[in-house]
Amino acid sequence: MKVKLKLYATLGKYLPPTAKRNEIDLTVDETTSVLDLLTSHNVPMETCHLILVNGVFSPPANAANATLKNGDIVAVWPPVAGG
Amino acid sequence: MAWMRKLLRVNLTTGNIVEEPLNMEWAQKYLGQRGLASKYLTEEIDPKVDPLSPDNKLIFCTGPLTGTSASTGGRYSVITKGALTGAIACSNSGGYFGPELKFAGYDMIIFEGKAEKPVYLTVIDDKVTLQDAGDLWGKSVWDTEAAIKSKHQDSMMHIASIGIAGENQVLYSCIVNDLHRAAGRSGVGAVMGSKNLKAVAVRGTGGVKVDDFMEFMKTTEAGKKVLADNAVTGEGLPTYGTQVLMNVINEAGALPTRNSRDVQFEGAHDISAEAMAEPSGKDGKPNLLANQGCFACTIACGRISKINEEHFTVVNKPEYWHASGGLEYEAAWALGAATGINDLDALTYANFICNEQGLDPISFGATLGAAMELWDLGILNSEITGGLELKFGSAEALTAAVEATGKAEGFGAELGMGSARLTAKYGKPELSQTVKGQEFPAYDPRGIQGMGLTYATSNRGACHLRSYTVSSEILGIPEKTDPLVTEGKAGLVKAFQDATAAVDSAGLCVFTTFAWTLEDIAPQVNAACEGEWTVDTMLEAGERIWNLERQFNNQAGFTAADDKLPERLMKDAAKTGPAEGLVSGLDVMLPEYYELRGWTADGVPTNETMARLRL
Repeated sequence: MKVKLKLYATLGKYLPPTAKRNEIDLTVDETTSVLDLLTSHNVPMETCHLILVNGVFSPPANAANATLKNGDIVAVWPPVAGG
Repeated sequence: MAWMRKLLRVNLTTGNIVEEPLNMEWAQKYLGQRGLASKYLTEEIDPKVDPLSPDNKLIFCTGPLTGTSASTGGRYSVITKGALTGAIACSNSGGYFGPELKFAGYDMIIFEGKAEKPVYLTVIDDKVTLQDAGDLWGKSVWDTEAAIKSKHQDSMMHIASIGIAGENQVLYSCIVNDLHRAAGRSGVGAVMGSKNLKAVAVRGTGGVKVDDFMEFMKTTEAGKKVLADNAVTGEGLPTYGTQVLMNVINEAGALPTRNSRDVQFEGAHDISAEAMAEPSGKDGKPNLLANQGCFACTIACGRISKINEEHFTVVNKPEYWHASGGLEYEAAWALGAATGINDLDALTYANFICNEQGLDPISFGATLGAAMELWDLGILNSEITGGLELKFGSAEALTAAVEATGKAEGFGAELGMGSARLTAKYGKPELSQTVKGQEFPAYDPRGIQGMGLTYATSNRGACHLRSYTVSSEILGIPEKTDPLVTEGKAGLVKAFQDATAAVDSAGLCVFTTFAWTLEDIAPQVNAACEGEWTVDTMLEAGERIWNLERQFNNQAGFTAADDKLPERLMKDAAKTGPAEGLVSGLDVMLPEYYELRGWTADGVPTNETMARLRL
């Protein structure tokens, strides 16, 4: 199935050089979890503070159980804030 | 201690300047800055006064921790009746101006009346003088600062001034200090302009004493360690600044786009913190050059940026090739997403002009977005706009509009009225994305429900800095709540409002609260100030301040009917993203909020509430 991975701020360095605009389209197995997706790109989980799947918060502590569906968009940030 | 215990009262009509003791009884109830100055304002002016009349007053006020070594202790606020809103206005700024006022020996300056001719005030320790500003009138903020420093041969002066926008009483003009820090919202610059007051220049050589020095050092050092160890304040904000939110809020489906027709912007990445850090231009340098902190700040979230010299906005204007205060999130949203413009250099240029001429970029950008919708509907045309083609997404339109608005020239004078007056003039008031006349900032209440209640109940008109529930609803600070539901949001908003009022009154920056709670702040205030400052007394002061502001607005003529959101947010569902199909649930949250506040169903504080808060 196809998913999109977006890594922002200091996590952008974990994307392959072919990535543009902080995102990349990927083909992954049906059982892939958020944790699988991030570890396969060597993203340290302790740096993943905010994970949105299709814009909805997905608790980092639950990343192993968050199984992805075809077309999902996973966006991840380290601790950030603003206003 | 911590308070200087003195204020300056400057009557611009008569030229009389007097020094008065600070009302310490009020300081114990309202702390300082936002709270204390609001108390003075509400005691001294008729709430129904015309904001631009000489009878309005303009107060510059610091907090007790301003000018101390407490992290972020560099804030001051400008309190007045807002020109844009007609509500109580309190605009908060950083930089170095506030501490300098304390070093000169004063907590506060109250300006009254109206000068016959343009003047500026110099405060050089206890030498306080009104000076002729005839040669400064017509100058930008940047040129004014340079001219005053040159005239007084003192590069260490810190200056708060208005640009041409404030002189022309553009209704959302701001007061800018230290070139690019601003008391930005509600039109405080227009009030200053209406008084013929061009600038306040301050130089102080004293210091700020605290009540218990050893305890103060202990508590402030502990506070700094919390900020440094926290991933947000220690790393996230200094590295990427507030602009890192652009992609966050867009992904969450809460980025108001093209005057809130949409909640996601396809060009968000192009104007984000990530884009600011990418190399661009012939020199290969990124837009973002450095971060910068205000006085005593150990976070340093500010952006220093540069425009690509080949960009059309500046290719023939080398005077804009230097580094200056760059895009913060709210400005980038207003100048970009609200207008559908994804040209980072054009946004940076427009932001420079806002700083140079003293415009609030939030209200300017949002007003331009509303004008672009009027254009899109065929209500505005080039005959009306004097040739400005106000198409969504046009960087050329943004550039021309910001220049014209700063100078109040041509159609720029109409843009300077703000979107509420502009859309009403052209028969489409429902297109104005405002509350109490003030444009709301960069969070769509359909996708972040708490922000709808935040905007509707903000005492200074729509604002994110009165209760930043984004922190909880999106970022999970201090704990995660669901942004798409209304349950629990009334209590969340009230808690944020009361705590923020206390922080704003202490002299600290609200950004500390990404790491600090009042458990961290109260000991610092308690060590610096006489009296007993605990979490409970600070929260009580915050609630008292909130109700004081509300009481002023009620007396000014506002009612519960003004605690409302634009029609679009209540009727037109979000088209995409997690909030697809949702409108704001304000109708559900507002009655619960009134009840929690101890207000009547009409939004009026009950006698019991007023008595409990000793108001």
